Amino acid sequence: MAQAAATDHLETSTGLDNRKLLMWLFLASDCLFFGSFIAAYLLYRGRSVVGPYPEDLFDIPFTSVSAFILLMSSVTMVLALAAIQRGNVRNLRIWLFTTAMLGTLFIAGQVFEFTEFNHEGLSLSTNLFGTTFLVLTGFHGAHVTVGVLILLSLFVVSMRGGIQQKDSLAIELAGLYWHFVDIVWIVIFTLVYLIQP
Amino acid sequence: MASIAVPKRSPLSEALKGVRHAAADYGSIWSWIATVDHKRIGILYGVSAFAFFILGGVEALLLRVQLAQPDSGFLGPDTYNRLFTMHGTTMIFLVVMPMSSAFFNLLVPLMIGARDVAFPRLNAFSFWLFLAGAIFLNASFFTGDILNGELGAPDAGWFGYAPLNLREFTPGHGLDFWMLGLQMFGLASLAGGFNFVVTILNMRAPGMTLFRMPVFVWMTLITSFLIIFAMPIISVALFELTFDRLFDANFFNAEAGGNPLLWQHMFWLFGHPEVYILILPAFGIISAILPTFSRKPLFGYAFVVFSGIAIGFMSWGVWVHHMLTTGLGTVANSAFGVTTILIAVPTGVKVFNWMATLWGGSIRFRPPLLFAVGTVAMFTLGGLSGVLHSMVPSDFQQQDSYFVVAHLHYVLFGGAIFGLFGGIYYWFPKFTGRLMNEKLGHVNFWLMLVGLNLTFFPMQISGLLGMPRRIYTYDSELGWNLWNLMSSVGAFFIAASVLVFLINFFFSLRRGEESGPDPWDARTLEWSIPSPPPEYNFKEIPTVTSRDAFWHQKYREDETGRIVPVVSGSAADAETPEDETEGEHGHGIHLPSPSYMPLIAASGFPVVATGLIYDFALVPVGFALILIGFFGWVLEPATEEE
Repeated sequence: MAQAAATDHLETSTGLDNRKLLMWLFLASDCLFFGSFIAAYLLYRGRSVVGPYPEDLFDIPFTSVSAFILLMSSVTMVLALAAIQRGNVRNLRIWLFTTAMLGTLFIAGQVFEFTEFNHEGLSLSTNLFGTTFLVLTGFHGAHVTVGVLILLSLFVVSMRGGIQQKDSLAIELAGLYWHFVDIVWIVIFTLVYLIQP
Repeated sequence: MASIAVPKRSPLSEALKGVRHAAADYGSIWSWIATVDHKRIGILYGVSAFAFFILGGVEALLLRVQLAQPDSGFLGPDTYNRLFTMHGTTMIFLVVMPMSSAFFNLLVPLMIGARDVAFPRLNAFSFWLFLAGAIFLNASFFTGDILNGELGAPDAGWFGYAPLNLREFTPGHGLDFWMLGLQMFGLASLAGGFNFVVTILNMRAPGMTLFRMPVFVWMTLITSFLIIFAMPIISVALFELTFDRLFDANFFNAEAGGNPLLWQHMFWLFGHPEVYILILPAFGIISAILPTFSRKPLFGYAFVVFSGIAIGFMSWGVWVHHMLTTGLGTVANSAFGVTTILIAVPTGVKVFNWMATLWGGSIRFRPPLLFAVGTVAMFTLGGLSGVLHSMVPSDFQQQDSYFVVAHLHYVLFGGAIFGLFGGIYYWFPKFTGRLMNEKLGHVNFWLMLVGLNLTFFPMQISGLLGMPRRIYTYDSELGWNLWNLMSSVGAFFIAASVLVFLINFFFSLRRGEESGPDPWDARTLEWSIPSPPPEYNFKEIPTVTSRDAFWHQKYREDETGRIVPVVSGSAADAETPEDETEGEHGHGIHLPSPSYMPLIAASGFPVVATGLIYDFALVPVGFALILIGFFGWVLEPATEEE
């Protein structure tokens, strides 16, 4: 491991760590991924030929709460990074775990929402709204799930003493991903839930 | 994800050590399977891509036999559809892209003075996932009743237009294999794209500024950026298709209000940048070959680089020229017609730069140069017929005719494949230590050039005479007989030239003349190290002071401006094989250890895909494999401790 750490700290031509550059490129690419799904949603908005329609289903207060939970998880993610950058492993664990739990809560909210919508007759095949809405928010949920998995893995590793102050980059990268997924939700929440024709 | 420190002596890393020893034995089959060395991965890419080139070529020959004569019954319509779909998909995704990846892998680290790519295991993952997707796609042949001559391969064309691609119109499993296989290549290319951008931006040797990089490296950088931004779009389109086909969603279902044109928009928004993903690597290759064989620096380096960048940006604004006849209106058609004319400008700039590079040079007509000049000439012909398509009324005549088939083959065969062949002839000695046979190389080139023109030139005529694409046969009264016969004969010329190439390749591998480190008196850093390069590439990371770094180590200008060799301590001597003995295994150089994890992670993807098509129970199994691969990857140390 010492060797791995040594090669990680080789000077790079840009001065930016390889892994951080990789993460930024991945996020740039992921923008196009979400952008394409969002474009499909917007293109088909108001074109469903049968119901249920968004206005019959959306529970804005409920989704606002879950959006707020996801936003707060970005705050705890920042606290986790700040903790390890100061070498405070105990607080790192606390905030990592809190972030993962907030993420899980968001996913639980989404599962609840999907189930509710399903009871009211919305599925992938019902209409264009069902297709575009469920696939777009579903892929976002999958991103959050992957994020929770990464956070929990980091938490387990840190419980075994594997993350010290010098390893803060791993937390920073997880944070970049987490904030990105958060920002995407702000866009989706605004375009899909708040602004309706 | 980042590699994270685990406590020493975790049972996992102990267990892994045993397997790693098997892989450490250089030369064993396991050492290839677990390799993370960019040169070996490059060779794996090249060999697989060539195998698929032969497969795609055989498919093309079968198509041409069917079309050689009117009213032929050699292939039925159904088989014909499946074969042309597989031919197109194979040549684009399984041949040109991975063959370009082979060159990226082999050359980029050597050209920028690095010991490997930024993420060696991610690189191995890219290759294995590409191979998994390729095999998965070709497995579709066997989903039909193959013993009775019914193939199961996809049959909706390489572009798989909606609504033809929906289950209602293409009921078999072939298209499911197609969409999920393409999804895998997409992910593999993305991973490669990330890797090469990071490598090129971050791993350059001291002094190797961006504008001292060889043009090939620039083209790799631009191609990688195009991959990063284009692949997610096709990935989303394929996901939407997957949901439509497997879960009854409505993305392209007109009955539910969906718009099948959405598929075309997304496909070509990816597809046009993809065209440049296919051709820019070949441009990079010939920009290395032409200066070497005319013994002059590339004319207008900055122009070539900036026109490459311009092409990269402009390629995002021309996709509708694939859709001029879909009824988007005069404004859209005119606008995209204009952008299409404009993108010909930076491409034309490059052609003039290459010609000016040759002008006044002391030219040596060796096989790599022949192919490079062939690329410029044939690509220009293809490009000219492409400009015709930007004229909207003219495009209405040519749309879906053999004229388009001729155009795209001139560009992709005459441009990309010619360039890649030139690259093989040029760098073969670097990676094998032997030269390819000169005479066979000439025979190869001329046969291929004649074959290319004999096959595709008549298609322009049959296209203008009204012959539509993708028809399995035609009536003898239509006046297309002669042109089709010529095309079919030409196809066998191309096949013969590939055969000559294969003979040359295997013959030279064993008996070729020893090349030494720098047989062409070349200009870039890869020629400064022994052939084949040692595992660690550079014993000492070079310091770069100028463009064409190696040339300037070998030659200088005297007072009168004449080029004279640097007398003593020239770079060619600086790293001769003799003084390599002491550095036999790159003493003190830590190379990344071999790893099976990329293969394990990649192998999960076809399992998930098979599960989606046949039995959902397999899906979690596949995901478990992927997770095991990724976790093992993150937790194993990147370099073995000593």
